[in-house]
Order: sequence, then structure tokens, then C-alpha cells
Amino acid sequence: MSFVTALRCRECAREYPVEPLNVCDFCFGPLEAAYDYAAIARTTSRRRIEDGPLTIWRYKDLLPVDDDNAVDIHAGYTPLMKADNLGKFLGLDNLYLKNDSVNPSFSFKDRVVSVAATKALEFGFDTLSCASTGNLACSVAAHAARAGMKSVVFIPSNLEAGKVIGAAIYGPTIMAIDGGYDEVNRLCSEIADSYHWAFVNINMRPFYAEGSKTLGLEVAEQLGWRFPAHCVVPVASGALLSKIWKGFGEMVDVGLMEGPVPSRMYAAQAVGCSPVVDAFNAGEEMVMPVRPNSIAKSLAIGNPADGIYAIQTMKRSGGDAHGVQEEEVAEGMKLLAETEGIFTETAGGVVISALKNIVKRGLIARDELTVAFITGNGLKTQEVISDVAQPLTIKPTMRDFEAALNGHTPVRR
Amino acid sequence: MDKQRVKFTFPTALVTQPIIYNLGKKFDVITNIRRADVRDEMGWVILELEGANDEIQRGVAWVSSLGVRVDPIAGDVVEG
Repeated sequence: MSFVTALRCRECAREYPVEPLNVCDFCFGPLEAAYDYAAIARTTSRRRIEDGPLTIWRYKDLLPVDDDNAVDIHAGYTPLMKADNLGKFLGLDNLYLKNDSVNPSFSFKDRVVSVAATKALEFGFDTLSCASTGNLACSVAAHAARAGMKSVVFIPSNLEAGKVIGAAIYGPTIMAIDGGYDEVNRLCSEIADSYHWAFVNINMRPFYAEGSKTLGLEVAEQLGWRFPAHCVVPVASGALLSKIWKGFGEMVDVGLMEGPVPSRMYAAQAVGCSPVVDAFNAGEEMVMPVRPNSIAKSLAIGNPADGIYAIQTMKRSGGDAHGVQEEEVAEGMKLLAETEGIFTETAGGVVISALKNIVKRGLIARDELTVAFITGNGLKTQEVISDVAQPLTIKPTMRDFEAALNGHTPVRR
Repeated sequence: MDKQRVKFTFPTALVTQPIIYNLGKKFDVITNIRRADVRDEMGWVILELEGANDEIQRGVAWVSSLGVRVDPIAGDVVEG
């Protein structure tokens, strides 16, 4: 059984039964899972977690599901690695990378979808659905396959074929919608209202979003039950940043860690779609929607559902927000690959370039414990770094080989 | 009668205009405001529109044509 007591409105605090709902009927604010933390504190412990499975489900006490049979493709417990080479380049002695690009469908979305799919089965849904331009569609289709559910995935019709294959292999119905970004959003919202399907980030959103917490819980555990001083997080809807912070806070609430949480939360966006960064830097909590025009497509949410909560989290934690120039995105991807052997997608490039800027601004002292969150795999966005492939083409002779080798200077950062 | 929940975001130039009032006058649509934050430089209003589906769609199209951004209340549902 779970320790969730209700769904609570984040704006007016009205409570609702634990059902597939995402909006408060009174003020139309978003709903969030509310827990009985005292009961969790009596049950959970570091030992209990450490004895759990090497997946997000080791944190089941803090997740909003009842069923012991999770829809599990082994999301989570991804590597947290000390990044000495990148740290040396940036001037940080205590830098870690949380590499979530190695999840089963190659992005952190497996965490949230695993929770949403499990809850969808509990509610009796037979169809898992989402609207996506990439990572989310892959994860939904994969989890539906594992759960024996049907899946229907909506994509914009102009999405590159390569992006569709990663989802199509799992056998979903794929609907490609003609129209602009706003029209696709509107239609998918209407479909979610009309069909009895589990849309992971619409009617399942209160449960789905909780999966993001596990990134924070995992990082603290993997650091030997310590909180980082600084967390640099890519921002799309804003849910990930605020949920990592929520996870840290819950560890204190249930007695797993001593408070207060010292971690400063930093948002990273590319300037082609940076409504959260722009609002934060203007001193506003009001996020002005934008039309995305960024190569970091996995972060391109122009009207972020949780933007205001990400801003509140940054303020409360003493963090900051950083917009990365579009040309810095690929630079960040290359820097991470060349220094630490991790091939991340554009969102990871945004994070690394934002981290570089944060360090330049003097916001992180050399010895402070810092974690950069890498949320997706580079194989998904190869087109933005295609210029790196410049092989030395030679004839099959030793003479040609040595001539080419001598004329080439390997670059090492 | 249909209902649609929407978020209107007003740019600076339109913050002082009585657009929601006129939406109810020009179209056979009941407007029911639930939450709002209106400031000098921009504003948003979350509201429910009630009426015949065609009339709601015509009303929303008119509001959009004025330069008001109209979104689903849950924000963007298309994710990366």
C-alpha cells in the first residue's frame, strides 16, 4: 500500500480522492500527491532502501503507488560518477555527473513513466498515451509493451523519422498531427479529456511527476547520504527541478536525512526556449509563454506547466537560472564527451554549458559538492553534432597510414 | 452545452482591454474566471468557457486574433 492520503491542489490546497485527476475543480490549479510523512517515517529507513531493488522502486515508500507489481523496465539507479576531468577543466574539485542517459529507453523519462504506468494499471486503464517529440514517446511505448497495455503516441507530423523509430519499435499506435505546436497541444488536451486513456502527463500527471523525485533521492543516497551543495538541472516543464528539491525535503521529513536541505538549485535552458530562465532573471514568478525555437528540443516547452514552481524552488534554495546560447549547446555536448566519455543529447549540452557559466560567475566555490544532471542520450540528437565525424580516409597502406597520422594532432582537453 | 478550460495570456498592450467582457458580449459564451494574475506589463487569466462548441471555438479564435495567447490550463502537453 502507498502512503498517499489525497491529491492536493498546489494553489488552494483543496483535497481530492486519489483518482486519475490533474486539475482542481475549484481554482483549476494543478494537483499533487500528498503523503502521510509520519507513517512513512515509521516504516522507511536507510537500511530498507539499501536492501531494495536497484531501480527507482527502492524508494517505493515515497512513491504514490499501491501495487507491489510495478511496471518496471529497470529505470533508475543510474551511475553517479565523479567527474575529475571535467572538474579540472571547469575549476571544480568536487563535481559529479548523474548520468540518467543510460536508463532503459535512454532518458530520465523512464522514472516518471514507470510510476505513471504502474498507477494506470491500478486504475484499470488499458491504454497508455502521451504527446511527445522524443524521449517521452519512447518511454511510454516501452512501458506499455512491458505492461501488456495498448499505447497511443501523438507526435507532430514534421518530426524527423529517426526520432519516431525509437518509439515505434515498441509497437505503439503513432498518430502524426498536422499543425503548429499550439494546435498539437490543444488537440491532445481535448483527446485526453474525451478518451478513457491514461495520458501520462495529463490525467496521470500527479503520479507521473513524483517519479522525478527519485533522481534527488538517488543522488543523496549515492553520495553516501549527503546532499549536494549545488544542483544544475535542465528545465522543460519545470517539474524535474522542483521535484528533485521536493525529494530532498522529503528525506528530511521522514528522517532519512538531517535538515535543512543546503542544496542550491540552478535551472538550465537554451535561449531559443527559456521562459523559466527569463522570468527568474526578470524577478518574476509569472512565466510568459514563448514559441520554442531551439535545437534543444527535449527542453522546448514554451508554456511550462511547472515553471512557476521551478522559479519558487530556485528562490527558496538560493539558486539561479542560466540561459545558454544555442551555439553553446553542441559545445557542451562535446565537452562532456571529450572529458568524461558520456555522449549526452542536447539537454545535457545545455546543462554542461550552463554549469560552465555558473562557475565563471563565481557562484560555485572550487571545493563545493556539485551535481550536474544528464537526462538523455546523445544517440537521439546526433544531427546537432554531425560535424564531429571527420575520419582520416586513407589507402590501405602503411605509408598512407603513417602520413595521415603524422599530419594529425589529436586534441585532448 | 460544452465547457472548455483555458488560460489567456495578455501582452502589455492588451492588459487594460476588456477582452473577456467583450467575449461574452460578442459570442454566446459564458465566461467564468477561476484564477488570475494581472500586472502592468502582462497578465494571465484561467477561466472556463461554456456554450455551444462552435460558439466557444469562434470566441477563442476571436480572442487569439487580438493577440491574446490561448493555452490549455495544464500548460504544454507535448513533451520532449
